[in-house]
Amino acid sequence: MTSPVPTPLHEIHQELGASFTDFAGWSMPVRYGSETAEHQAVRTAAGLFDLSHMGEIEVTGPEAGRALDHALVGRPSAIGIGRARYSMICAEDGGIIDDLVVYRLEEERYLVVANASNVGVVAPALAERAEGYDAEVHDASAEFALIAVQGPASAAIVAAVTDLDVPSLRYYAIDAGTVAGIEVLLARTGYTGEDGFEIYCAPSSAAAVWSALTEAGTPHGLIPAGLACRDTLRLEAGMPLYGNELNRDTTPFEAGLGRVVSFDKPDGFVGEAALATRRDEGPRSVLVGLVAAGRRSPRVGYAVVDPATGDQIGVVTSGSPSPTLGHPIAMAYVRPDLAAAGTKVQVDVRGSREDAEIIDLPFYSKPFRSKN
Amino acid sequence: MTNPTHLSYTAEHEWLETRGDVARVGVTAFATEALGDIVFVELPEVGTKITGGESCGELESTKSVSDIFAPADGEIVGVNAAVVEDPALINSDPFGAGWLFEMRVSGAPELLDAAAYDALIEE
Repeated sequence: MTSPVPTPLHEIHQELGASFTDFAGWSMPVRYGSETAEHQAVRTAAGLFDLSHMGEIEVTGPEAGRALDHALVGRPSAIGIGRARYSMICAEDGGIIDDLVVYRLEEERYLVVANASNVGVVAPALAERAEGYDAEVHDASAEFALIAVQGPASAAIVAAVTDLDVPSLRYYAIDAGTVAGIEVLLARTGYTGEDGFEIYCAPSSAAAVWSALTEAGTPHGLIPAGLACRDTLRLEAGMPLYGNELNRDTTPFEAGLGRVVSFDKPDGFVGEAALATRRDEGPRSVLVGLVAAGRRSPRVGYAVVDPATGDQIGVVTSGSPSPTLGHPIAMAYVRPDLAAAGTKVQVDVRGSREDAEIIDLPFYSKPFRSKN
Repeated sequence: MTNPTHLSYTAEHEWLETRGDVARVGVTAFATEALGDIVFVELPEVGTKITGGESCGELESTKSVSDIFAPADGEIVGVNAAVVEDPALINSDPFGAGWLFEMRVSGAPELLDAAAYDALIEE
């Protein structure tokens, strides 16, 4: 095993007293103090995340859009310049290789953001699938640090340090500009269920960007936030995590994300036939939300059981006590005939069956706030 | 966080404060830092006979759940209702208000002193 790679912000995290965890080959801050406090800060004010482990792949050239249309399940050629789309890359059998955010930076320039654990597979797959198109695929992960500001105060914080017009930057939009005078790509995206921004910059500039955001954000209640709260935030927001809800044995249809698959593309796409079959036959299991009646939390891998028969009807993919809601929540794949909201099930929590109920995702939606 | 020298310790990151044959038991600061914020604690009931090394309860944090291992053979004679009500006490004051239960110890369990426990968690 090689030792985990530090991010460009490692020394800052150490000074902040972070606990670290090895994550996809990176040494990442898991929490700075209390992960519950970090979670609440993102829900009520703002949190500052180092996401420099994420993979960035540039796809450029006159046929970059067509190449991506063929490589991914979505239709990146239809993304407007300066906009972003959630997408997936699937294998020929329809299994999910990774879930992605695709940004169209220019007419002939895309940025594909992959999970850290998958970028080593996604970048070569994109290169292979782009063969025959007038397009270049370049794994630019080492050229980008990524810092996220997430939470209801994030727009005010970012507006204080950027030359871009934050109110006109829409959700799932991206623009090139500066933060603290440093050239960045500023995107209004995130993985927390709150308004928020993701800032791509050169690794050598990451510390200065982090410091500027800390200074601007502290009066608004911004605190540094680690991967532990990122996981509970995304779970409450009902967002799938690759490796938990998404994997090579799952198609977008099981995950309830069939809407990201476009079947009407001129060149077709990798996985099309298998995905069309799954669309027509219906998913073999369905991703649902579970709310536990008691205080013991369902966890990944625990069996979901039909209380009437005792038969296993599914498996938990993520579960945790919800800091916002105060009770345990989970996501699970269950049999389609028992997946309706309101269905009473049980979860085998280390040998004892705990009552739970299937509910519609997400568990948490941000309260309406006027656009600013 | 310093491990108090007047306590005894187990390799499972529990501490014991022994008075006669009754010991107050909790988990160490090292354990709470590894667990993160504890949100649920399940303790054995008073009168339960417990066996050293076997699970007698659970600590659940947002990230994970871990067993509370009985540090010795014996019987539960008291539990800390305050931590059941407010598990965050275990994080904020693991060696004090965050104690878990009191037990009557039978036999002579093998325990570590603070220096030996310090050495264990240094590894």
